Amino acid sequence: MSSTASRSQHATSHVRRSFNPYIWLTENTLHGMARRKALLGYLFLAPTILGILVFTAGPVLFSFILSLFRWDVFTPPQWVGAVNYTRMFADSRALTGFWNSFVFVTFAVGLQVALGLLLAMILQTRMPTWLRYTYRTSFLLPMLMSGAATAIVLGYMLHREFGAVNYYLGLLGIPRVPWLTEPGWAMVSIIISYLWLSTGFTMILFIGGLTNISTEILDAADVDGAHGFTRFWHITLPLVSPTLLFAAVTGVIGGLQVFDLPYIMTRGGPGDSTRTAVMVMYESAFKNMEIGYGSTIAVVLFLIILAVTAGQFGLSKRWVFYQ
Amino acid sequence: MESTATQFVPPRRSVAVTVRDFLQYRFSRWFLLLVTACFAVIFVAPFAWTVSTSLRQPMESFSVPPQWIVLNPDWSNYVQVFERIPFFRQILNSFIVAIAVVVGQLCTASLAGYAFARLEFPGRNLLFWLVMATMMIPLQATIIPVFVIISRLGLANTLWALIIPALPTAFGTFLMRQYFLGVPKDFEEAAVIDGANQLQIFARVYLPLVTPALAVLAMLVFNGMWNDFFRPLIFINDPYLFTIPLGLNDLKGYMATGSISVVLAGVTMSLIPVVIVYIFGQRYLIEGIMMGGVKG
Repeated sequence: MSSTASRSQHATSHVRRSFNPYIWLTENTLHGMARRKALLGYLFLAPTILGILVFTAGPVLFSFILSLFRWDVFTPPQWVGAVNYTRMFADSRALTGFWNSFVFVTFAVGLQVALGLLLAMILQTRMPTWLRYTYRTSFLLPMLMSGAATAIVLGYMLHREFGAVNYYLGLLGIPRVPWLTEPGWAMVSIIISYLWLSTGFTMILFIGGLTNISTEILDAADVDGAHGFTRFWHITLPLVSPTLLFAAVTGVIGGLQVFDLPYIMTRGGPGDSTRTAVMVMYESAFKNMEIGYGSTIAVVLFLIILAVTAGQFGLSKRWVFYQ
Repeated sequence: MESTATQFVPPRRSVAVTVRDFLQYRFSRWFLLLVTACFAVIFVAPFAWTVSTSLRQPMESFSVPPQWIVLNPDWSNYVQVFERIPFFRQILNSFIVAIAVVVGQLCTASLAGYAFARLEFPGRNLLFWLVMATMMIPLQATIIPVFVIISRLGLANTLWALIIPALPTAFGTFLMRQYFLGVPKDFEEAAVIDGANQLQIFARVYLPLVTPALAVLAMLVFNGMWNDFFRPLIFINDPYLFTIPLGLNDLKGYMATGSISVVLAGVTMSLIPVVIVYIFGQRYLIEGIMMGGVKG
């Protein structure tokens, strides 16, 4: 019926029929089908788009607005302009937090990428299947543990007097290491714990990247006399560079957010030596109830992540090679 | 070396060449496997230590040398976890949150992913890049406003606070879109000819074809929610509504002067569900991470 309607409309195009939304949507033509598809598209997207607007995109803007207020939740917010920002750049604790995050991310992500690539390459070498499977599973297992549980377990194992790590180091003749009780070592412990927890993830990324490299290219390189490190540096590394970029970008975004490890293992101490930017933000906003100041730190952290990510993508044009 | 006439007789080689070959091929391979084995031990040791120490007698729980095989296991450590903290309730909470978010994300992500992959409408690309851009936004940049919103809605200190904000997912949408793009368009055309409407094409034709993707997403999300610490710490302050990571943190605090075996018993129990999920779906977990990396 609807098809006859549209055909007669065609034939007498100068006669405009009254617009019927039901027919407009349900008519059995290609146009009708396209309209139904489009409507369905918007319907399907609605939950995700709405949710992202309310819980992700909106809050980013809201964070920025909150950072211009002084607010303790109980009394009405007070406009203070850029005061929170000037305060932050004079607040030694916040600056230490950002510095600690920077140190943590530099070492954690660098080592995570290197170790992930190394383990992935080892798993690519010739070995019995059961061995490969066992190795892979053991590298992946830590991914299953929560940051909280990791912090608890490794915190016990790194205990100065009773920890298993110092016991075995002692058997090798190494004196007790103050893993969690001296500033420098505490940061080292957090980085080691983070590596233990997250290297499996990076390794999987690289296994994906390495299996994409065709063996023909590698064999050709071998025939041309590129073996070992030469082949790795000039052939494998450029071919795996897109994965390298992805691992570095996600690594930095994830590393700058690290919270549960230092929060549980060292409570940010000793002193402020392992207090990351996120911990300072958490304490300001939810312990001291300075919502505005906490938002300021969150905004700055977000801008740093944005800048670093943009920088990584910008620089990537120089070293990332797409096949 | 003895050899019969039928066997291949290698040409004579100098000792130096033999040694060099050994170092270059045999030794380097053994050495590599040995180093890898050391790594594997380092990665697995904390698990073994956790389980074995969780069974030690309370008096000696924190004494060296560590006992890897416990001959007189003390199961009372496990009972104590339930006495110190409302652990049963916390397990339940973790399951409620994880399963609700998994089911919710499977719905929102498969709908949105299908829309981006297979439906055509004005503004599709713009919306897609908008959604992808939000993947860069760290949780910490949004947590304070989300906390304000949740409080205003009266949902603070309820499990809803952990579930609702986690339902929209940019990553899940991207993952599902990639899988839907992998299904040939012919399926849709065939279904149209058979008289299926758009909703049927989605639910009856496409969705069953991307079950692996649903499994991938379910695994990643379950793991993430089960282990989440930051959001529960902020949204929940009633120990009866804690999820397991928060409970373990409390338990560690209570046990600062007591037996660490009890805390490790809690950790061991918290691992059981994720380990089971891993055993059944490690293929999906690995595939999911690779999807993000290779096509991302």
